[in-house]
Amino acid sequence: MQPRNHRILAAGEVVRIRDIGKAGHVRTPQYVRNKVGLIDCYVGLFENPEERAYGHIGCEPIPLYRVRLRQNDLWPDYVGSDCDTLVLEIYDHWLETVNSLEEPQ
Amino acid sequence: MSHEHDHDHDHNDADTHPAQEDNDLTLTPGEAKFIALREMLIEKGIITAEEVRRRLEFNDSATPHQGARMVARAWVDPEYKIRMLADGKKAAIELGIDVVEAEIMVIENTVNIHNLVVCTLCSCYPRSLLGEPPAWYISKAYRSRAVREPRAVMQEFGLTFPRDVEVRVHDSNADLRYLILPMRPAGTQQLSESELANLVSRDCLVGMALPGTN
Repeated sequence: MQPRNHRILAAGEVVRIRDIGKAGHVRTPQYVRNKVGLIDCYVGLFENPEERAYGHIGCEPIPLYRVRLRQNDLWPDYVGSDCDTLVLEIYDHWLETVNSLEEPQ
Repeated sequence: MSHEHDHDHDHNDADTHPAQEDNDLTLTPGEAKFIALREMLIEKGIITAEEVRRRLEFNDSATPHQGARMVARAWVDPEYKIRMLADGKKAAIELGIDVVEAEIMVIENTVNIHNLVVCTLCSCYPRSLLGEPPAWYISKAYRSRAVREPRAVMQEFGLTFPRDVEVRVHDSNADLRYLILPMRPAGTQQLSESELANLVSRDCLVGMALPGTN
């Protein structure tokens, strides 16, 4: 893991989706946790739904990204094509940068 | 009439059975909570019953044809298409469509990439743009299988792609709502914008069908 320093990640950077073990109204599905993919794009700043869901309106907005993963990396027995991918939205604090897509998961 | 003759009368399950359970007099806990909250807000003068009714009417007024109109405009107007890909919400408002979602992201299908939308965590969908989602979209089966075996699911809907076409699934899991911009079918040069819009069905806008094929 490399320090994030709260900079905005650029498209193409390699990231691992963390499993921060947070309970409640989290928007990071289980099936992508600990998986490695690429930043597809930076979407913008949004109030954290993990807070908003409990009435905490007006918190400091946080960066949201679209992260693209290879289906073969998500499912070891994936039966589609090797070129198939999945993109989903991940908030900054669920991401850490890694060196390559081949980083152990 | 013999007793073996059991079903000669006009009885078609699909036509005669109501789409909704007849017994809607028993409230679920969620319905009871909603009614209690609504009545309290009305009683305190914070909202009126008329406002609630108007909002429900607005919710039900959105139809997939609104998204189809955006697609047809993008097909005939390259400048509009650029604006639509940059900001789907603004592009909808430009056509007089009222969008309440925070952001609409438009994803373009190409000869190399076919896009499919799912919301695995709940049933996020651009409702103010397209109306209520199809029943299959909110089913647990679709929500779990679309990310796991998208090609198998699409095949069940009659949609197949060669292996060198990338199938890209978009999980609508957080703040964005998605609209798919399909490719314009070949041989449609003579069609008007409104004729083109009629080729674009609801499922095309989610990536589960191709225009003019249903």
